[in-house]
Amino acid sequence: MSKFGRYMLTKVLWFLFAFAVALLFNFLLIRLIPGNPVDTMMARMSSSGSATSEAQQKIYAAYIAEFGLDKPLWQQFLVYLGNLAHGDLGASFSQYPTPVGNLISQSLPWTIALQLPAILIGWIVGNVLGVLTAYRKGLLDKIIFPVSLFISNMPFYCLSILLLYLFAVVLRILPAVGGYGFDQVPNWSWTFIGSAAQHYILPFLSLVIIFIGGQAIGMRAMSIYELDADYVRYSSSLGVRQGRVIRYIFRNAMLPQVTGLALSIGGLVSGALITEIVFSYPGIGTLLFSAIRTQDYPVVQGITLIIMLAVLFANFLVEIAYGFIDPRIRATTTGER
Amino acid sequence: MATVPQAQGAISPGPVPLTGTRRRIARITAVLNGRFLFSLIILVLILVFGFLGPTIFNRPDALVTVGGLYDSPSATAWLGTDNFGRDVFTQLMYGTQTSLIIGLLAGLVATLIGVFIGTIAGYVGGWLEEALMAITNVVITIPSIVILILLSIAINNRSIVTMGIIIGITSWPWTARAVRAQASSLRTRDHVEIARLSGASTLSLIFWEILPFMLSYVVMAFVLQLSSGILTEATLSMLGLGPSGSVSLGIMLQWALLWESVRTGAWWAFVPPTLFLTLIAFSLLLLQASIDEIFNPRLRRS
Repeated sequence: MSKFGRYMLTKVLWFLFAFAVALLFNFLLIRLIPGNPVDTMMARMSSSGSATSEAQQKIYAAYIAEFGLDKPLWQQFLVYLGNLAHGDLGASFSQYPTPVGNLISQSLPWTIALQLPAILIGWIVGNVLGVLTAYRKGLLDKIIFPVSLFISNMPFYCLSILLLYLFAVVLRILPAVGGYGFDQVPNWSWTFIGSAAQHYILPFLSLVIIFIGGQAIGMRAMSIYELDADYVRYSSSLGVRQGRVIRYIFRNAMLPQVTGLALSIGGLVSGALITEIVFSYPGIGTLLFSAIRTQDYPVVQGITLIIMLAVLFANFLVEIAYGFIDPRIRATTTGER
Repeated sequence: MATVPQAQGAISPGPVPLTGTRRRIARITAVLNGRFLFSLIILVLILVFGFLGPTIFNRPDALVTVGGLYDSPSATAWLGTDNFGRDVFTQLMYGTQTSLIIGLLAGLVATLIGVFIGTIAGYVGGWLEEALMAITNVVITIPSIVILILLSIAINNRSIVTMGIIIGITSWPWTARAVRAQASSLRTRDHVEIARLSGASTLSLIFWEILPFMLSYVVMAFVLQLSSGILTEATLSMLGLGPSGSVSLGIMLQWALLWESVRTGAWWAFVPPTLFLTLIAFSLLLLQASIDEIFNPRLRRS
């Protein structure tokens, strides 16, 4: 147990370090922008004439103070960390003074609702297909494998665009824009849920199809390696039923796929960025897109932070889970390499 | 990113033992006839289209206005015009060129860094290996799209070369990991031991006894990096962070989306770049898979 404790400790320290590096990047890169971000934003404001010069000066002073731009860089970093520790991601430039946290928490549920079911369903269906194609070589493999190879390798935004065009523009059977009808306000009424469900179909399909393809290919490759294993030959020659042999293969080829699932869930926030943009779905991707267009740096920084947190956390969980599942890993971290 | 699991899947154990020249030639030609040639031909056609097309069809400028908003395809504008009345066919050639250059650069940078770090870590071992792999692991855990978004925002004026390089320097870790594993297992092979005993220097050992035996993996890794570089460029461009002042396949898609070509039914503005991206990605994957089949007999179906 002490060995395992040490393993956990190294992992925790390790991810804290990676997180610190990530935070540093997140902090520094935005500040590399020529001039300072506040100037950029003020220039945009005055050109659009959205604020009087008096109001502008007030906002300018508030920003300079908020970012601590008059202080040296290391102090700015400490201020940034301090704010983060309080869960304060700053205020949006383009929708001042709305806190970035509010904007993100409005968008995040849409992204999760879109991605989580797509990942889970895609994972299950893809893995089953993968084992089947590897085991029953014949016709199934000849059709499903090339098809999923083609589909999974299609950039997912390309599929999104084609689906959008086909179903929403040519056939006109599904809505083309947004997460719900223009005439709706988010609430829990049946009309709203119905409208949201209609808008859900296309982005969901374009994500899940790609995911099934990718998983099927990965699982097929894993299973082909497993098919060569002694236990498969042995149990086949003993006359074990096909279905049971497939189950054996499935279980053995599964471990890397479980990792893949965890990492996909970690990459959930960033996985659908472009799909959301294509469908103008009200999630993180659309928020990021408009933030980049309006040079709303605090929002960009907030989103990149959320993406990093999710990915790092998923990686961390995978490592910990492997520590439990696979005793070899515990041994290698404590013994020699 | 999405390509990561594929990159992992491409790494298969152990270099192929050399068993008789004749068998090898038979094996290679068997594969060459099929998928390998198919993907190679598609890629060469795409390369010719992107790099020689503008000369062949005499289209010197992709950004010149030749018509109105989304004119449909005609005798002069074969693929119609885009949102600013510019010729889509011309843009497609230049866009393909830009995307390919960025992908090649990214692939080259990523492969060079990855092979360099991976070979040194795997061959030298010891504390150097620990340190290099520690760096690699940190870079792997930080999602590259985040670094790319932040870097692209920080670099206000992004040339094609800049794009290629920043994509390359964020995508090398997978190659480094795979190469390290290879180099580490090659280190104890007989031919390496013999060369070491006969007094070869470390550098020449790496060049003549290690690298040639990993060549197929390095080539496959490069092909994957090339493909993911092109797709990453498209992703960044669609976020509005593409190369400034040029046309790429991703930038064409961004314009098409921003100016609602999909919803107004102007298919000629978005179908060509979509198809080209898919075609490039697919033929590169096919190429990678067929290289894998040539060098890895376990994958070949009888």
